[in-house]
Amino acid sequence: MRAALFVTCVNDALYPRTGVAVVRLLERLGVDVDFPAAQSCCGQPQYNTGYRYESEPLLRRTARAFAGYPYVVAPSGSCVAMIREHYPRIGARAAAEGRGNELADLAAGLVPRVYELTEFLVDVLGVTDVGAYFPHTVTYHPSCHGLRALGLGDRPRRLLAAVRGLDLIELPGAEECCGFGGTFAVKNPDVSAAMGADKVRAARATGAEVLCGADNSCLAHLDGTLRRAGAPLRTLHIAEILASTDEAATTTEGKHPR
Amino acid sequence: MTATHLGMPAFPAAAREAVRDDVLRANLRRATHTIRDKRARAVSELADWDRLRAAGKAVKDHTLRHLDHYLLRLEAAVTAAGGTVHWAADAAEANRIVTALVLATGEREVVKVKSMATQEIGLNEALEAAGIAAYETDLAELIVQMGHDRPSHILVPAIHLNRAEIREVFRTEMGRWGRPAPDGLGDDPRELAEAARLHLREKFLHAKVAVSGANFMVAETGTMVVFESEGNGRMCLTLPETLISVVGIEKVVPTFRDLEIFLQTLPRSSTAERMNPYTTMWTGLGPSKGADGDGPAAFHLVLLDNGRTDTLADEVGRQALRCIRCSACLNVCPVYERAGGHAYGSVYPGPIGAILSPQLRGTDEEIDASLPYASTLCGACYEVCPVAIDIPEVLLHLRERVAQGGPATREGIRVRIRPARGHTAERAALRAARLLLERPGALRAGERLLSRARRLRPRRLPGPGRAWTDSRELPRPPREPFRDWWARERGGRA
Repeated sequence: MRAALFVTCVNDALYPRTGVAVVRLLERLGVDVDFPAAQSCCGQPQYNTGYRYESEPLLRRTARAFAGYPYVVAPSGSCVAMIREHYPRIGARAAAEGRGNELADLAAGLVPRVYELTEFLVDVLGVTDVGAYFPHTVTYHPSCHGLRALGLGDRPRRLLAAVRGLDLIELPGAEECCGFGGTFAVKNPDVSAAMGADKVRAARATGAEVLCGADNSCLAHLDGTLRRAGAPLRTLHIAEILASTDEAATTTEGKHPR
Repeated sequence: MTATHLGMPAFPAAAREAVRDDVLRANLRRATHTIRDKRARAVSELADWDRLRAAGKAVKDHTLRHLDHYLLRLEAAVTAAGGTVHWAADAAEANRIVTALVLATGEREVVKVKSMATQEIGLNEALEAAGIAAYETDLAELIVQMGHDRPSHILVPAIHLNRAEIREVFRTEMGRWGRPAPDGLGDDPRELAEAARLHLREKFLHAKVAVSGANFMVAETGTMVVFESEGNGRMCLTLPETLISVVGIEKVVPTFRDLEIFLQTLPRSSTAERMNPYTTMWTGLGPSKGADGDGPAAFHLVLLDNGRTDTLADEVGRQALRCIRCSACLNVCPVYERAGGHAYGSVYPGPIGAILSPQLRGTDEEIDASLPYASTLCGACYEVCPVAIDIPEVLLHLRERVAQGGPATREGIRVRIRPARGHTAERAALRAARLLLERPGALRAGERLLSRARRLRPRRLPGPGRAWTDSRELPRPPREPFRDWWARERGGRA
């Protein structure tokens, strides 16, 4: 099976280990992974800040970069939600403004092939036990776009629960937003920080060693909050946990805290 | 809308004050989590909730699509039942109509049923200017009015106060408005409610004129419907001789049968009650026509537009008019929970306020232009909305209007909104980002630059970056971007 990795711009620039983990995980599961170098950003920061026109060239770029791949997999619920929920709207709005159907057609061609990582694993590959080993206590924060826009449900938890050695602790108030919200984090820094502090307090109270998530942008906010407080809790993308095996436990991506 | 909130600081600045107020945050957290959890339980009892939600949405959409038709039917039905219908294009006109109606009775006092529409138009202030005293009779509105405060929640206007603070308001202020609070008043909720009951009973027995809003208006019968949970509203609606109801035009539903849906969804969404405690319905003057003193002898309905027709003209934004003011979105909103209601600078706080105020009032004021950004787009509001208003979708639509400009309707005229000021740095950053994101070669060079600068790792950034580093560490740049790893490890294959 052939799949293209949409690593997302945040992971490309700041969290390459998450991308590496997705490649190793999918290859271990027999997927032929490719990384089309023409990809950049899905356009979510622009679109969510009110600059729809700025997101249009990125829609075009993303759709063209992944043309021809039967599956496109991204380790970010937020970026997948952008494509699935908003690309068709951007296309429809452009058409309504008399600018033709190009964007709508590109969106329609891309949307059905795009999967968030845990969706791809559970729904397409049909696996919940990915053969991972991660001997740590973990609590999971389901980011809002994965939880509510994509309806990922218990897929991430089922995947984590099947990891050998992993002790999964429920995060109280898990469904509450962490306060990142893209540009919200800097446009409304006080509310964002207050939400982050509450989320971090709940995560620390679980006593887990690792706060796991499926969106590195939310984790950047939580990790930054934790490190500012000098808290020992570390954050980790779910792909990095699922990629961990007995052997990989000694390689770079399994060892270093972020 | 009303002068009360003009000159409000933008949302982030107003919210900053609230976030730093520990008592306020504790009050809000306790209250919103309690109602939130109760609502979730009450809703989960109904197996057909999703269908009720879809039906409520469909009824509202249909009515809004044919609003002119149903409003005229409503007018005919209310008139036939002995009521008088007035049309108000904006707040000033509605205030003029109500003031004139009250003055014509010769009275200088009115009792009020809790009503968002009359708050929206600033009716109490307009009446006061005409020498008419308006007494709020909803317990929480009474507290807010006596405390010279502003409501901070649609349904629980005094949610920002705890019982000790309420006792202080009653002890120091109640005597100035009428019957004073008893000596030695404690902060037990029962005691506080009893003090308010005795105070209000006097008002009900004296009042000759009442002012209300309505939750629903039935077009086919001309029936007005008020939902409340104290019984004080029913006192106002039945005891006085003249009843004046100010109602937004979007509150109409076609048939009596349509109420079946909202009688189930509104109480469960707002107060987590299975059945609403006091549902008062009246049709004009009723069969007695007020002749034998049963119910009001005169009924006036003031239909309020005040930006609603303009909102209806917007294909994305019009769904906000489906709102039935349950406030489930406030109770579940993580931003409202931290910022409180006052930060929204409007009688409509929370997520629904963030999409209503910039539409009803426009986005010229700084506060209104900042409201669409007062959300993380987490989607919790959409999930709980009993009429399925996709609040995040409307927020994005309004952000676009603020940042990029675009078409809108103002007082019936199609206009083009210019991009708001104060976004210059943001636009420059976007242009720079576009240069990188549109050219993978440049992107790669930029990423490598970031990796090379990884040892710098500043703890605090200057300028706009401070908004991040004031409370958080920056992410640590990696040794190399992902695309370099790929080119090295898997490059041969691609």
